Amino acid sequence: MPDGHSHPKYKWIGTRPDRPDGADKVTGRARFGADFNLPGQLVGKVLRSPHPHAIIASIDTSKAEALAGVKAVVTAKDFPEQANLIVPTGEMQVNLRDITRNVMAREKALYEGHPVAAVAATTEAVARAALALIEVRYEVLPHVIDVTDAMKPDAPVLHDHMITEGVTPAPTKASNVAKRIEFKKGDAAAGFAEAEVVIEKDYTTQAVHQGYIEPHAALASASEDGQVQVWSTTQGHFQVRGFCAKLLNLETSQIRVTPTEIGGGFGGKTVVYLEPLAIKLSQKSGRPVKMTMTREEVFRASGPAPGGNVKVRIGAKKDGRIVAAECTVEMQAGAFPGSPVGPACMCAYACYDIDNIHIVGFDVVSNRPKVAAYRAPGAPISAWAVESTLDMLALQLGMDPIDLRLKNAAKKGTKTAYGVTFNTIGLVETLEAIKNSEHYRTPPKPGHARGIAAGFWFNVGADSSAASHVGEDGSVTVISGNPDIGGSRASLALMAAEELGVDYEKVRPVIADTASIGFNFVTGGSRVTFATGLAVVNSVRDMIRELKVRAGKIWNVDPEGVIWENGMAKPAGSNVGDFEPLSLAQIAAQAGKTGGPINGHAQLNVTGAGPGFGVHCCDLSVDADTGIVTIDRYTAAQDVGTAIHPSYVEGQLQGGAVQGIGWALNEEYIYNAKGRLDNPGFLDYRMPVASDLPKIETILVEVLNPTHPYGVRGVGEVPIVPPTAAVGNAISRAIGIRMTDLPMSPPRLSEAIDEATPRMAAD
Amino acid sequence: MAKIHVTTTINGAPTEFLCDPNQTLLDVLRDNLGLTGSKEGCGSGDCGACSVMVDDRLVCSCLVLAPEAEGMKIDTIEGMADGDKLHPLQKKFVEMAALQCGICTPGFLVASKALLAKNPNPTETEVRYWLAGNLCRCTGYDKIINAVMEVAAEMRGAANA
Repeated sequence: MPDGHSHPKYKWIGTRPDRPDGADKVTGRARFGADFNLPGQLVGKVLRSPHPHAIIASIDTSKAEALAGVKAVVTAKDFPEQANLIVPTGEMQVNLRDITRNVMAREKALYEGHPVAAVAATTEAVARAALALIEVRYEVLPHVIDVTDAMKPDAPVLHDHMITEGVTPAPTKASNVAKRIEFKKGDAAAGFAEAEVVIEKDYTTQAVHQGYIEPHAALASASEDGQVQVWSTTQGHFQVRGFCAKLLNLETSQIRVTPTEIGGGFGGKTVVYLEPLAIKLSQKSGRPVKMTMTREEVFRASGPAPGGNVKVRIGAKKDGRIVAAECTVEMQAGAFPGSPVGPACMCAYACYDIDNIHIVGFDVVSNRPKVAAYRAPGAPISAWAVESTLDMLALQLGMDPIDLRLKNAAKKGTKTAYGVTFNTIGLVETLEAIKNSEHYRTPPKPGHARGIAAGFWFNVGADSSAASHVGEDGSVTVISGNPDIGGSRASLALMAAEELGVDYEKVRPVIADTASIGFNFVTGGSRVTFATGLAVVNSVRDMIRELKVRAGKIWNVDPEGVIWENGMAKPAGSNVGDFEPLSLAQIAAQAGKTGGPINGHAQLNVTGAGPGFGVHCCDLSVDADTGIVTIDRYTAAQDVGTAIHPSYVEGQLQGGAVQGIGWALNEEYIYNAKGRLDNPGFLDYRMPVASDLPKIETILVEVLNPTHPYGVRGVGEVPIVPPTAAVGNAISRAIGIRMTDLPMSPPRLSEAIDEATPRMAAD
Repeated sequence: MAKIHVTTTINGAPTEFLCDPNQTLLDVLRDNLGLTGSKEGCGSGDCGACSVMVDDRLVCSCLVLAPEAEGMKIDTIEGMADGDKLHPLQKKFVEMAALQCGICTPGFLVASKALLAKNPNPTETEVRYWLAGNLCRCTGYDKIINAVMEVAAEMRGAANA
């Protein structure tokens, strides 16, 4: 039963019922990517480059093909060349020419772990033995891992054809800088001339992985008639279909992709790795092929989030008003262009109303796996630098860090550096929510320090389809096409129940495969409850329109004479006639006589996503001997729009905050001198565990999105933006040293403390 | 390589299987016996998604060789509910939104049940340390810890009633 009702005007929205897929997920019944099998299936495995940069001179697969039990071997020559064509994927952009090279290396291997061949065999042991029999002759090239090194004029160049875009005149020589971008508002130089305080600082961050617990997995079955079925753990099965169709020269209608339950994604499952290989292996072998990545493969060869260098310069008046701001971001793209440097630049100062802004970004390739989206892609990197610098400004001016941000906070009507003018937003309310919180009003414990930081994300809408069906007994099925990654079935069912005026338990939400519902953009951009939610609401409205027509037919009145209220058709007024209300079940029972099945449909390109803002407050202590940080108290506040199912909204804030804490304190890709990843496992890539953390308190600030019928804003991504700086600002205040490089791991912190306060000589 | 014949009891039912000498218990559960509720997140004992009970001891089934299960009693997530009645932990995890994607959930439930069998009155810190071998990337652990604490209290209440 509903409890904790936060919206008296609604019956279901704002309640916390059990999620529709709950029982399946606590009993082991729910089927994730690796849980699907077909009769006669083969095991597919990938041979990966041991070198970070090498020409592939030749590949001889004959011995592997001759091994008993091997049914197919594929290399790049099995995939057609692709045009140099950029297509959107989630919140990132990708080039088909690059994708086909990322799923299977062609001329060169560009990172350690880059696929060079794949086999399908009757058992995993045979598949592994076959990989060992493939002879690849590499001509090893010098490699480059670090962004700063990759930008040097004498750096090894990954792509001979790559001329930096966005520079005039265009360079004549290829380099690793794919693109330069720039955002300008006002006159930064004039702003700095007016400033009374100027702070400038350089920051770095390291590549981090989304760390979803479920490795990538796909099962493909290709038929002799050209039809293909795929089961894949993905944030976007329509995306999988689209990419595979392009990469394999098939029509989209020939590929039917069923999304499995998905064991986390956070942006990392918006691209394809295994699916095209599994399809091609299935086509060649005539058998279903199942492929799963090991954790090591996930780390080495799926897309992490980039690291980067950020330079920040902020000028302010003594009263704290910021008059000028600059930012330069150099970001890892991995082996192919397309880092989230654009959003990093756009988000850098989006929280603040500043007249003069100049931001420059560089998209830089190096011999690392191609980066993928990770929760608010790019934003945490620029926020780390900007929010740390603001903390320095607050300290220098002797201002409260929240008051400094309130003084400069973006509001409705604020124009951003990237040109958009905000509609109703809730940054001020969110800052005030922290300021008025019991946490903030209570001073940190002795020996502890407090950090504050804010963060922004756009949120997105995009293409969405939904359908609603009434069964003959009046129960309802709502069909949409976005994998449920964190409780979206519940939020969609709640909105459908509210709209229709029926009980939540009467609505069954279903996630359909690519052949069973119209196109839906990926589960990403914090879009599902907002945009797919709007499609669901519209499909229910379409169904209600039909229900009114049917009630009209039963009563022999015009549909205009029928209203829909509390799950019943009623006469619009006494002039229509004296009719007893008709329930959904009563109308459904007579559907055959009144025109057949009763369904509703909706398809739209949703615009008007409401941006979100978060403010986090962190209390911690630092052990000066070991550099170990203990977080004592943590509160995340966010303008979430209407919290449709508040528990899952809180969950987004808590999960995002903890990923950000990991990013701040421990997580990083560590490469050795040979360009190989040294920590491709959960033991050495240290994600937060339960004992590392305190409670994560949440404050839901419900500033409604005026463009959505229920005021929904996306909530999933904002929470990862503030934590690195909230933690960093607390650490810097605790030890009196400004930390500028992530992660602030124990070795790095103890080194910083040692440098600042030389120890007494041991003797 | 000759297969090895293993006799066990899985979720209360006598179960025999043939396995390769180098097959893990997790692979046998998932691939040979169709018990796919135990998940492989890492294959190296770091994430806890494959947690099962072997002779009432909590283990990562990816670190146990299947032939080692000879004569042992194995309990997996599939055996936690009593028929159509969810275990209080299962019920509470759903009620309190202690899962988002759900991939780590079977492991957390098996580990939590093992904790409450050993320590019916854990402090929050004890719960956090006991569950430190289970990775969850979605929830930030908060609602998981709350659910376990709540079930512990309820089970103590029921035991005292």
